[in-house]
Amino acid sequence: MFNRKYVPIFVTVGLFALMFAAGSFRYTGFFSLQVILNLLIDNAYLLIAAVGMTLVIVSGGIDLSVGSVIALTTMVSASLVQQHGWPPAVVIPLVLAMGAVFGSGMGAIIHYFKIQPFIVTLAGMFLARGLCYVIDINTITIDNAFYTKAAQTRIHLPGGNTVSVSVVIALIVVAIGIYIAHYTRFGRNAYALGGSEQSALLMGLPVGKTKISVYLLSGLCSSLAGVVFTFYMLSGYGMHAIGTELDTIAAVVIGGTLLTGGVGYVVGTFFGVMIQGVIQTIISFEGTLSSWWTKIAIGLLLFLFIVLQRLLSSGKAAWKG
Amino acid sequence: MAEREPILEMKGICKEFPGVAALTNVNFRLFPGEVHALMGENGAGKSTLIKVLTGVYSITRGTVTLEGRTHEVRSPLEAQQAGISTVYQEVNLCPNLSVAENIFIGREPRRLGRIRWKEMNARAKVLLKERLHLDIDVTLPLEHYSVAIQQLVAIARALNVEAKVLILDEPTSSLDQSEVQQLFGIMRKLKGEGLAILFVTHFLDQVYEISDRITILRNGEFVGEYPAAELPRIELVSRMIGKALHLLEEMPKAPASAKSGAETVAEAKGLGRKGAIEPFDLRIGQGEVVGLAGLLGSGRTEVARLFFGADRPDSGKLTFRGKGGGTRGIQSPRQALDNGIAFCPENRKTEGIIDDLTVRENIVLALQAHRGWFRTISRKRQEEIADEYIRKLNINPPNPEHLVKNLSGGNQQKVILARWLLTQPKLLILDEPTRGIDIGAKAEIQKLVLQLAGEGMSVLFVSSELEEVLRVSDRIAVLRDRRVVKEIADQNISQQHVMQAIAGV
Repeated sequence: MFNRKYVPIFVTVGLFALMFAAGSFRYTGFFSLQVILNLLIDNAYLLIAAVGMTLVIVSGGIDLSVGSVIALTTMVSASLVQQHGWPPAVVIPLVLAMGAVFGSGMGAIIHYFKIQPFIVTLAGMFLARGLCYVIDINTITIDNAFYTKAAQTRIHLPGGNTVSVSVVIALIVVAIGIYIAHYTRFGRNAYALGGSEQSALLMGLPVGKTKISVYLLSGLCSSLAGVVFTFYMLSGYGMHAIGTELDTIAAVVIGGTLLTGGVGYVVGTFFGVMIQGVIQTIISFEGTLSSWWTKIAIGLLLFLFIVLQRLLSSGKAAWKG
Repeated sequence: MAEREPILEMKGICKEFPGVAALTNVNFRLFPGEVHALMGENGAGKSTLIKVLTGVYSITRGTVTLEGRTHEVRSPLEAQQAGISTVYQEVNLCPNLSVAENIFIGREPRRLGRIRWKEMNARAKVLLKERLHLDIDVTLPLEHYSVAIQQLVAIARALNVEAKVLILDEPTSSLDQSEVQQLFGIMRKLKGEGLAILFVTHFLDQVYEISDRITILRNGEFVGEYPAAELPRIELVSRMIGKALHLLEEMPKAPASAKSGAETVAEAKGLGRKGAIEPFDLRIGQGEVVGLAGLLGSGRTEVARLFFGADRPDSGKLTFRGKGGGTRGIQSPRQALDNGIAFCPENRKTEGIIDDLTVRENIVLALQAHRGWFRTISRKRQEEIADEYIRKLNINPPNPEHLVKNLSGGNQQKVILARWLLTQPKLLILDEPTRGIDIGAKAEIQKLVLQLAGEGMSVLFVSSELEEVLRVSDRIAVLRDRRVVKEIADQNISQQHVMQAIAGV
């Protein structure tokens, strides 16, 4: 029997293939491996943040602090490296730890005080964004040798194609995300939590630990995304990555994850990010369209996917009945 | 069996919640290899006892011993580890996960921290097949299967924890007949393997079919423990309800003789709904009070809801001689209202009263809705109406501007009654109109029902209090296990008759 749970994933992958094919027919020079790789280069940070967000949404939560944590990471990194002269080898682990602590703090508040994740992470979003300006209200440009090297190094692939260091990091994160989600107890507990928190509790699963870990992981992914974003922008700024949490949520949903929790795949999120990238690429190839058309296309796609998910889940109910 | 050691023994269990004693001196024993039914009406303390056993609640006083050792658990997980597994009425599994995962989650087979899916699926398949005779695709999400299969998966999960005691809390409430038989087959097999099973159900037939022993609770108190074979049904029912038969006074009932011959107002023919109530016939005449009697879960409310069109029947027909005089079918609450059927639902807090509105506003609500929101009723007229009904029904305090939430339960109930009476229904359906209100208010509502019937209104009266049904009804339809089993009219109405019908003897 064909397993219906994979339908949203197939739709996402199919949509990506379709868009890429359409772009390839319409624009010369579109059909190449490098175009796909550029999608990854430009969206590496989004991909990393989206992996963390996938687990959060699968567990039935939401994390609105992603964009702010990215901005705060760029700011702290830039300030420490540039203004205080700390070595990157110290700064990077430090900002990653900061993201993890920030995330687990939100998770703990959500769990112990039984507050909706929406409001807790909304508070986290304002807090992290505000902290950026405490450090500096202006852009801090980074000219540290390690960062510029990380930004400019290209890894050569056969066929003359290249990727950045960030892409490698992002792909490793995706691989780890898939492993955690499907092959570890923690990952499965997150799915159970998203399916029914009450049941998870009665089945004797460690609900609190899982919940806090999910937000910890999302915070960690956000700060790693912030590090990669720093490589990409070579600066720290309080206005960086505004609205990225919403792009991430969009990517996760387009990737077939249910916002109600319990259902979704990290690999779907990968394609969700790629679809957003391909839309941007098509619009830049078109040349005459403003980049805001990306938003319109993503908006329409989101509608499409939400309706699709509703149809699939009501179809499931009809089947059972 | 009695000379054997019980695997589980609870002695003198008391559980107090602030201001309420939920359990008082309850004893319970469970032997290996038996099915023990825990019986009692709603609020008798069955769920509380189970929650004590599974570590959801802690006890105030008393001792629990499991295999001779003191059993103290603080969470469902600890209870499971001690060998007590529970399958709840609402399947408490994760519908989004696969069948295999639902059985194994938290205990997945792993190697170096990596879940071994193949091994897990294979073991789940074997477990289901060998112990529960269930051959299904264990990789599909649980929600793809019927509630019956989900129930079995829940049992499989319980068995997989090396359970010694299996608690089945109303496992059959959403299963059909053949599914129940499948479940019973499995229960017998498990019993044969030495498992102790605590079985909670509202279905008497099922209790006698599967149980070896019965413990009865009433109002949080221990009534007794009996071997099932030595406890006649009628005894069981009277002990649950709390009336020894020989103590019952025969209640003189004012005969409403002519009424049963009265013109038919509503008639159900073969009306039924799968999983709720089996097809039944029921006629309600003009000015007649028809009572529905039966234990909790016997299908009383379901019948009432079908009469109002609140649930869609999947067989049979309901005809109603409406306001226009002609007969017509009722398919939705809207149609029911238009035709003059009013329904006071069981739960006034959630389905009837609007807390933050005044008595006046609550009373005119249904009439206003009936007229349409644009043909408003003038404030003056509203006040007149409110005053009239406050007087008529003796609502206290007699202040139409009082907020309803500050009224007592009985007075809230009267406000709801006023709301529906105002629409001048031909048929009034009352589902548990006196639950949770004091005796004085109860008597007043009963009197009112009789008075309305005297004025020609037909009433369908549902109540879990048998005495009350007996007092107001001209005719009683007795329900058991979701079937209308008997209709008792006028001269034959007596508590004994009805109880016998409920017990099915």
